[in-house]
Amino acid sequence: MKPIVEVEGLSKLYQLGNTGPTTLREAFGTIFGRKTAASSAYRTAVPRDRIGPDENSFWALKDVSFSVDPGEVVGVLGRNGAGKSTLLKILSRITEPTGGRAVLRGRVASLLEVGTGFHPELTGRENIFLNGAIMGMKRAEIAKKFDEIVAFSEVGSFLDTPVKRYSSGMFVRLAFAVAAHLEPEILLIDEVLAVGDAAFQRKCLGKMDEVANEHGRTVFFVSHNISAVSALCNNVILIEGGRCVMRDTPARVISRYFSSTLPEDQAADGQVVWPDAILAPGNEDVCLRGVKICGPGGLPQNSFEADEPFFVEIDFQIKKRLHGARFNLSLSTLEGEIAFVATDHLYQFETLDPGEYRSTCHIPGKLLNRRKYRVGLHFGIPGDRMLIDQADYLEVTIGGSGNQATIFPDNSWPGVVCPKVEWRVEHVAETAHARSVG
Amino acid sequence: MAEVSAASNIEVVIQPSSGWMNVPWRELWEYRDLLLVLVQREFISRYKQTILGPLWHLLQPVIMTLVFVIVFGRIAGIATDGIPTPLFYLCSLLAWNYFSQNITLIGSTFISNAHIFGKVYFPRLIVPFSIAAANLIAFVLQLIPFLCFFAYYKITANPALQGQPGWQVLLLPLPLLQVAILSLGVGLLMSASTARYRDLVHLNQFIVQLWMFATPIIYPVSRIPARWQWLVWANPMSVPVEAFRCLLLGRGSLQPRDVVISAAVALVTLFLGVAAFRRVERTMVDIV
Repeated sequence: MKPIVEVEGLSKLYQLGNTGPTTLREAFGTIFGRKTAASSAYRTAVPRDRIGPDENSFWALKDVSFSVDPGEVVGVLGRNGAGKSTLLKILSRITEPTGGRAVLRGRVASLLEVGTGFHPELTGRENIFLNGAIMGMKRAEIAKKFDEIVAFSEVGSFLDTPVKRYSSGMFVRLAFAVAAHLEPEILLIDEVLAVGDAAFQRKCLGKMDEVANEHGRTVFFVSHNISAVSALCNNVILIEGGRCVMRDTPARVISRYFSSTLPEDQAADGQVVWPDAILAPGNEDVCLRGVKICGPGGLPQNSFEADEPFFVEIDFQIKKRLHGARFNLSLSTLEGEIAFVATDHLYQFETLDPGEYRSTCHIPGKLLNRRKYRVGLHFGIPGDRMLIDQADYLEVTIGGSGNQATIFPDNSWPGVVCPKVEWRVEHVAETAHARSVG
Repeated sequence: MAEVSAASNIEVVIQPSSGWMNVPWRELWEYRDLLLVLVQREFISRYKQTILGPLWHLLQPVIMTLVFVIVFGRIAGIATDGIPTPLFYLCSLLAWNYFSQNITLIGSTFISNAHIFGKVYFPRLIVPFSIAAANLIAFVLQLIPFLCFFAYYKITANPALQGQPGWQVLLLPLPLLQVAILSLGVGLLMSASTARYRDLVHLNQFIVQLWMFATPIIYPVSRIPARWQWLVWANPMSVPVEAFRCLLLGRGSLQPRDVVISAAVALVTLFLGVAAFRRVERTMVDIV
């Protein structure tokens, strides 16, 4: 059987900083030899092997090759800027590659975002047809699936209301419902699950699972959602620095991904700082300035005994006023299993005005098991939008002393956590046998 | 599943494109349903939340004609070849409005659709075509006020309309097609330029306004001194506007030579427009 997707030596070169003049004034500026300022800031951030033929260009993808068989569900993992979105954009024909080629044998639908082309003034009904057509469905096909789409979206009685009056949840549900009924042979998905409430996210994951398993379609799934990737995908491609570095089972790639997401030199110290706001994780509203793990003394530290409490300090900068935003801090094992997620929801300011802030999480002793954990963060407004994507920033090692696990020091103690729990052992009654003897 | 296997012979090859005139005709045809939906979006969304809705199409030329009658007819006293002034202006505006709406909207294709273009693939040329088609509906609506005025002057037995309308009215689709081709060409060139340089959005608005005065909309060609008339005919919009007047009102004159030249100019413009559009479309997502 021929592979359904064949990618050979795909490369994409971007112009850096100045993507060419965007106003005539800039155009005249470049003629007279003035360079735009952005480029130098970028250049320091670009690894040497990704700099293109001239120093202002950048290989977003370099010589990527792989093939996918029909029915495979392939995850694509990589850090921000590794090139995974570029790969998806090329495969969905939004942008052209600079070199190489890709062959897609089948009908392709790409879901780089739900609700693309939704027009706020049009009703839900009109938008179903509009969105479906933009995604490449024929009118007759949409009409045939119309009832199913409406049922899945749960917007029933608002069908003839302009979508601008929809809540954001309804909007997303309707949008995903259209996308879920596309029936392509190759489905390309990017981070669409970052929106909607938890129940709807589960429903979307279920639908994708169904698309992949029952209908035997090929799915390409780019996501930061590690658990979704490992639950849905047969195999995962790891992209680093614009190259495809690994293709293996989800478990193996995820573990390699985790070890590559940490800036090695800094992670070891129990502290990571971003002196340059341009390069810090975040967006135009907010960015991280530093994350630190420390004991009561406040000095960065990356290993603790199991009975020692420790703190995670998050320094962040608000650039635009935000309402209802909060951090989620996750501790997970090296295999990607989440130990727990803590939120500063109840403690965070309702309104964050521009300025520097610090959110500190106190993690009690006698809670964690004797092992290494990854400390991850995610900042967002629940039910609305993600501001800083989920990512792991630090590692912390929990040692054995003061923990029940110390009783068996040679073996690893099972469980992602090992909280101190109370026991009471009582002699409730003698057994019947003992009594009869007595 | 039957559907899926039926579609399985599709093979999409993605690679750096070469050449600059490879219009994906087959693909455009496959996306014809999208064209219809976009026409609908274009037309409906313009009038959502307006009280008069599509009635604006009827009112706009009437109001403009009223202004022209007062300013150019009464105050400036520009003669209109003996045709009643409202009818003269309405007739030229039929052609001109279709043209100017097309180039204004098509001219900002990349800017107003940047978001969609960045998220999903379809043949981009569908969008300008759908704008031209949606404006065609507006054109038909604009015929209504014209026909009302025409009927009024006919009933009052205005001598200027003696023998009108004649059989030549049936040729009206020809100059209309020429306006469509020319405006698509100009609009596509503008969209390609504005995608790169936003400044040109402002310049383009200015060009549209100036172009109107350079076209015999408010004055008949006969008012231009004979030795300057070649300048009027150098404007590719003059022939269709004059043709509208000839066919609908029976006034005006056209030389076959000018007709052929202007039709050729329209086609060449479309050709250049499509080429420029296709060129920008490839890299546009990386720029806008």
